[in-house]
Amino acid sequence: MAELDTSGGGNKKGGKKVRSKKMSTRVDLTAMVDLAFLLITFFMLTTTLAKPQAMDMFMPDKNDKNPDQQLDVKASRTMTLLLGSNNKIVWYMGVAGDNPPNVDNFGKDGIRKSFIEANQKVVATTGDPKKGLMVIIKPTDKSNYKNFVDILDELKIAEVPSYGIVPKIEPAEINLLKDNGAYQ
Amino acid sequence: MPKVKIKRKSTVTDMTAMCDVAFLLLTFFILTATARQPEALKVDTPSSTVTMKQPDTDISTLTVGQGKIFFGVVGQDVRMNTLERIGEQYNITFTPEEKKRFSVIENFGVPIANLKQFIALDNTERMKINQPGIPADSGANNELKQWILQARYATKELHNVDLRFSIKGDSKEKYPEIRKVIDILQDQNINKFSLITSLEAKN
Repeated sequence: MAELDTSGGGNKKGGKKVRSKKMSTRVDLTAMVDLAFLLITFFMLTTTLAKPQAMDMFMPDKNDKNPDQQLDVKASRTMTLLLGSNNKIVWYMGVAGDNPPNVDNFGKDGIRKSFIEANQKVVATTGDPKKGLMVIIKPTDKSNYKNFVDILDELKIAEVPSYGIVPKIEPAEINLLKDNGAYQ
Repeated sequence: MPKVKIKRKSTVTDMTAMCDVAFLLLTFFILTATARQPEALKVDTPSSTVTMKQPDTDISTLTVGQGKIFFGVVGQDVRMNTLERIGEQYNITFTPEEKKRFSVIENFGVPIANLKQFIALDNTERMKINQPGIPADSGANNELKQWILQARYATKELHNVDLRFSIKGDSKEKYPEIRKVIDILQDQNINKFSLITSLEAKN
């Protein structure tokens, strides 16, 4: 890409005045641009442009110092989710055994749909939009962290009004998972 | 009649504008850059649709992955103070040099017994060695609990704000490991914390 100097050659004709050659003011910028883009690439890749996203979560208070502050929720409003292995969710409404358990997977047509449907049903029975669905999440030992984050995310997307995370799992619930092949 | 010569077009383009733009961008990136710190423990965070940014200050990150737990807290002053407090707890005295070196370590995962050796290593070696993680089993040997507690004291003393915690877990990590960390936090009555996730489109 070197620039050819085509202005020269005119002074060889004999007898004429020797003119001082005018130097071109143009500098070849190719190398400079190359370097600049190289550095840009380097800085773009090493920069953390996007800060990590933080999902806030609240755990229920562990020590029950104020039992009177605890909220009683009607069993019919609750939906218990058991996070099992292989990205499976087993859930039932109300008290275990009263309602048949359902198996769902994560995603748009899976648990999210169930959340929205269940919430609508609950609101319809209570007749109060504030008294919506109450989801109880029980992550088992077989579930992984991704499931946990995903379920919190789905709750947010489905606009479920309230949820709680309960680490205690009954043996009956483990059996429920086993029956559905979600505890391996 | 002279022959009609086809004028050869010059292949040279004017690069001045391109160069200007390139350097403008370069300047922007240099000025906004905060070089990514090499992570001691590589984790693949799960994705979510939340779009809340993590705050920059007064935050401690607990990295969980491969069954190990790493601890990190933001701010050199906080780190120094935390180390002093940990030293008091475990009857280890750290020299000012060691404190200074520790204050630039973003996160780490070594038991307190090996901490002195770890601090003595230089930066590249530190990245090379396989750090075993901070012991967090319940009982007297729960060092993570001490780190969390002392970092909270340190932040309260220096900045007079409550230290916030975020958990950065690997998506494949089994839930019991995460639970262990949450339990330690809850034992200290920290019921609010954040989970670090990467961004995902709402579908």
